Amino acid sequence: MNIPFKPNETFRDDYSYANSDAAVLRFPFPFPDDNYMYSVNIEPHVPGGPTPAFDNPFDVDEHYVAECRERAKVLEQDPSRCKVLPHMMAAEWDTLELIMESFATSYPEHFTLTREGINWTWENRPLGIRDSFTFGDASTLPLPPFEYITRQAQGDFTLQDQREDNLFIDGGMVTTQADWSMDFNVGMTFHQWHGPVPLAHEKGVFDRALKFLLRLQYGAPVRRLNWTMTVNPRLDTSPENYPQWGPDRTTVTPENVGRKLHLRVELQSLFRLPRSNAILFGIRCYLCSIEDLARVEIWGKRLHRVLRDLNPDIADYKGTTRYREMAVAYLAPFDDGAALPTGTAPRQSTLPPRSTLTSRG
Amino acid sequence: MMAQTIALRVAAVTPLSPTLKAFTFVPAAGGLVPPSGPGAHLRLFLRDGAKLHKNAYSLIANPADRSHLSIIVRRVAASKGGSAFLHEQVGEGDVIEAGLPANLFPVTRTARRHLMVSGGIGVTPFLAYIAAFAAEGTPWQLHHFCRPDEREVFAALLAPYAGGSLHIHCDGTLDGLDAALRRQPLGTHLYTCGPESLMGAVLGQAQALGWPKVRLHSESFGGAVAGGEPFIAVLKRSGIEVAVDAETGLLDAIEAAGVEAPCLCRGGACGQCLIEVADGVPEHRDHFLDAEERASNRFIMTCVSRSRTPRLVLDL
Repeated sequence: MNIPFKPNETFRDDYSYANSDAAVLRFPFPFPDDNYMYSVNIEPHVPGGPTPAFDNPFDVDEHYVAECRERAKVLEQDPSRCKVLPHMMAAEWDTLELIMESFATSYPEHFTLTREGINWTWENRPLGIRDSFTFGDASTLPLPPFEYITRQAQGDFTLQDQREDNLFIDGGMVTTQADWSMDFNVGMTFHQWHGPVPLAHEKGVFDRALKFLLRLQYGAPVRRLNWTMTVNPRLDTSPENYPQWGPDRTTVTPENVGRKLHLRVELQSLFRLPRSNAILFGIRCYLCSIEDLARVEIWGKRLHRVLRDLNPDIADYKGTTRYREMAVAYLAPFDDGAALPTGTAPRQSTLPPRSTLTSRG
Repeated sequence: MMAQTIALRVAAVTPLSPTLKAFTFVPAAGGLVPPSGPGAHLRLFLRDGAKLHKNAYSLIANPADRSHLSIIVRRVAASKGGSAFLHEQVGEGDVIEAGLPANLFPVTRTARRHLMVSGGIGVTPFLAYIAAFAAEGTPWQLHHFCRPDEREVFAALLAPYAGGSLHIHCDGTLDGLDAALRRQPLGTHLYTCGPESLMGAVLGQAQALGWPKVRLHSESFGGAVAGGEPFIAVLKRSGIEVAVDAETGLLDAIEAAGVEAPCLCRGGACGQCLIEVADGVPEHRDHFLDAEERASNRFIMTCVSRSRTPRLVLDL
């Protein structure tokens, strides 16, 4: 199936990013219940899920070309967003091998990997890339292997080295992040980089998650969803660029909140890498305006309840304090209070037009 | 959920000594073998008539081109298990089922220098280690302990690295190791693989000399083997009795019986599969229950835990 890419959409300045109806319906909505609390919400990363976003190890969608272009722009301005410690070279090749194989298998109409022993040729047609190289010899690629391949994938990636019964974040490509810094976190242990998260430490979430991940097996990846909210469809909400996006939080009004405020969902995946024994952590970011989310009946109602009843510590940590009430007020008219089934599937195959909703709202 | 398996065809069997044979495998269906790294092992599922042996063997190489997988198997004296089966009944062209390579003995990538100590066939993971160190240019030293009559066999296996820091000892003592343990530069990691008695002695000596624990590593296939004693799970609400055999997990067995049970991570961490125990004593293997909950034996995490009693009655 050919993906209809939208190569010219932007995630900054005029923010021309938008989801097609199909993209809204495949959004990985993160709330199976009316209440949200931290948990070890990890499940096997096997093909299939509530929407097609879960169908492949690495999801490629209509925003692929534009996101890769946005990543290149961020790196041009700030090369420190990609950082890999020298002992992670085996993990770099692991990542390249995994993503190339997955893309070529999942999307043969767009990507082709040809191998003769260790002589490989990689074709990425959407980005117009064709390179031949020797697997394992970094001098035959135009960029280091991890940077080379993650510039061609949506979402952020980090590399965790496993030693001393702990995980160390010893590499990453991080340009689409929800306010955390690779440059600051590099080299930290599992509990150190999760330090700022409220409530979850006390609940033992990170102790259990670490024990689980230390035993993660090759060939049995896992996934979880995480979420926050972002004003404007901006991928790069980094601490480094806070002055550029932080003030956007003051621009939300009851009139524009539906279009301006986006639910930001990370489809996080964890793969044991076979050659290095490191773990690849994929953080695939999806953005959807709350106006579009409310076009899916069950999602509009549920998002209203989750935001309305959100634990204040979590609401604060996720940076929603300034606009949460406005979002709740916007969503309230969509919620008749009826009981909703557990789960995140949209349960409808088409969307009503936007204009109808505006009048209702 | 069953772990993934692959069908491997035996491409070559090479006798190395009266009790050692090297086996090389390629994918039965063609294509590439799964990638692996130094220290990884392969679990073979050997069907010997009605018996099923599940044996784990260290991979002796991790070829970048993924053309093959190789192991060396010692035929254990008086073995009625997998090693005798491999030695006597498996030949070129045979197809064997295997798990995906897994690694419980990985290289520490931040080490500045690697000191390896092996006993007998315990040298196999280090054949893969040395190849990686040689390729990366990381300094290494290997001390190998074996019987005098096998010196030539192991010297031949290590011949490609004969220019490196290789020491083969056949005097029946660990005396040859003492000097090496005493004068390693800071940042050296020690790895040992071989008989339990050798690994215990090496680690004990290193600790006595002040080596930090985080720099000591030993091979153990303990975690490679799941399962345990068979038992019967009685599902109170469904009125079904599920036989859980030695190799199958409780949750897998419940699902195979057609009963839907809650679950999420399937690794004992998320807490979703918690079920109340009405009778019997669970063998807790999860990371979720706290000490008090464990001691009460009122709950079980079905995805990883088993039973200490022949019958376990669940509120399911």
